[in-house]
Amino acid sequence: MNLIEQLPALPIITPLLLAPITILLPKGKISWLYATAISWLIFFFCAMLLHQVYMHGPISYFLGNWAPPLGIEYRVDLANALLLFLISAIGALVFPYSYASIMAEIDERQTPFFYAALLLCMTGLLGVTITGDAFNVFVFLEISSLSTYALVALGARQDRRALTAAFNYLVMGTIGATFFVIGLGLLYQATGTLNMADMQGKLVGLDNRMVQSGFAFIFVGMGLKLAMFPLHLWLPNAYAYAPSSVTAFLAATATKVALYVLIRFFYSIFHAANGIDIGSLFATLQYVVMPVAVIGMFVASLVAVFQDDVKRMLAYSSVAQIGYMLLGLSLGSEAGLSATMVHMFNHALMKGALFMAVGCVVFRLGGHRISHFTGLARRMPWTAGAFIISGLSLVGVPLTVGFVSKWMLLQATFEVGQWIPSFLIVASSLIAVVYVGRIIEIMLRSPDPDNPLPSVKEAPLLMLVPMWILVIANVYLGLQTDLTVDIAKGAAEAFDLVVRGAR
Amino acid sequence: MDHLILRVTAKLLFAPILLFALYVQFHGDYGPGGGFQAGVIFAVSFILHALIFGLDQTQKAMSQRILLVLMVVGIIFYAGTGFATMLLGGNLLGYDALAPNSTHHAGQHWGILLVEFGVGMTVFSTMLTIFYHYAGREPEIDPEDW
Repeated sequence: MNLIEQLPALPIITPLLLAPITILLPKGKISWLYATAISWLIFFFCAMLLHQVYMHGPISYFLGNWAPPLGIEYRVDLANALLLFLISAIGALVFPYSYASIMAEIDERQTPFFYAALLLCMTGLLGVTITGDAFNVFVFLEISSLSTYALVALGARQDRRALTAAFNYLVMGTIGATFFVIGLGLLYQATGTLNMADMQGKLVGLDNRMVQSGFAFIFVGMGLKLAMFPLHLWLPNAYAYAPSSVTAFLAATATKVALYVLIRFFYSIFHAANGIDIGSLFATLQYVVMPVAVIGMFVASLVAVFQDDVKRMLAYSSVAQIGYMLLGLSLGSEAGLSATMVHMFNHALMKGALFMAVGCVVFRLGGHRISHFTGLARRMPWTAGAFIISGLSLVGVPLTVGFVSKWMLLQATFEVGQWIPSFLIVASSLIAVVYVGRIIEIMLRSPDPDNPLPSVKEAPLLMLVPMWILVIANVYLGLQTDLTVDIAKGAAEAFDLVVRGAR
Repeated sequence: MDHLILRVTAKLLFAPILLFALYVQFHGDYGPGGGFQAGVIFAVSFILHALIFGLDQTQKAMSQRILLVLMVVGIIFYAGTGFATMLLGGNLLGYDALAPNSTHHAGQHWGILLVEFGVGMTVFSTMLTIFYHYAGREPEIDPEDW
């Protein structure tokens, strides 16, 4: 076996082959060690893949040696290599983190199943990202979604509402997937192919009702999956009641992958094909995506301000952040798209760290309501520190990654002369100051001398280290911007952009 | 459970159903059928057994632990076939690598046979597990307590 040649298949087949074995292993430590080792192995493969693509350009891999468009093709360019790297890196951090957190939050007998499901969820997300076949996207999307529903439901031991949250997510997610597959069916009918590159070629010059409705179905279906503003209702509860490490993993990866699929369809397929005439695609971007993004930014941020539950607050903030990403996408320019890519990456870093910090609080104090955070800066200084730094990053304070992505987004809006959105980006960031500031204020509040809070031990090292790696990444990549920005620019180019000329 | 007719019929049917499942399984390459259908039919014989003789008797014959192992082994057959072709020098799922010297793509035949076998095993054990869980579920509220 030639490792380099087989590299694109390895991040998918390794966890698919090895994850089921987890459920036969003894509960607790051994299954955790095993799953963590796999997640690191996948991270290694994905890092190698990113390196290969960065050095030598896009890689194409034919499953079963069947050449596309007949066979299934895995196609890795800089855009999805970056996302693969992100998913596997978050996975490699969440698995070590999970051990203590999961032991406390779910029934110990369920731990092997938990790790197997988390591995499968990761496989699904990686698969959606890596594949160049439109139907394969649907298959992997279902693999990841089905395991996600189970993972969310595992929060039921902590809070029974996890069951209804998981069921809601199941219904909404299934509707989303169904819409997506209906859209694919229409496009397949119109073009006779499922390979993305081939579909783009066949769509050239096609502009009929079938293609347009296929486009609309895919847009709405993926909108549900990525929690685009009015379709986001499943997200807050699912994030709030899932076990902490699941929330950290999902918030950092799941919606990003759906967004990636949307970008892929918008830009690599429809746009590059000029199939739907440019006018109507841009009309969609400008009159549907942009308003939805902006409204989402504001409404979700405002709702976040009034949440009592920190996990729910962060979940609403995620909906708002998805608004920023959609805004970048809706500008229809390369700068906008690279801002979206950068923000996808950076948001994963900050939300991962934030949800991990909440997980530490849940682990020691048994809850994630705002009152549990009182005086946290003294009681659990490391956790509070991580929360504060990544919270500032969420707001977009200079020296953090949040600043980099907001800056790029602002630049992109200036570039196309969209003054109103750029003003709104700043305005909605101010709301983020309010909701993040509220928690920070409570954490820093000095203890009441008459009624001191009982002291608490800091979270275990196994939870602190992964969290702080993310926090340090937040700061480091905020200073060393070249790395992410370069790759994201290359990624935006990888979507075959001819947008500026077309406009 | 003194229904003599039911018991005798169930015993008569049990083995033929298994045989039919195997037929569907291995004839799947040439005719209608394959792992999914075969797995379900295989599970049906056990479900019939449970319906007639009671869940405990069936679980003695086929315990939950065995089903869990079968489930995993099935998936390993399924994904492992794809992985084996990689080790043999082909791409993932490139079944031709299983019989490289064949003139009529015998590797494709072997590949799909193994994959379908894995599918059948997993579907059988999953179906039966679902049945066990539904049938063996304690009602949350005892009817007496209403």
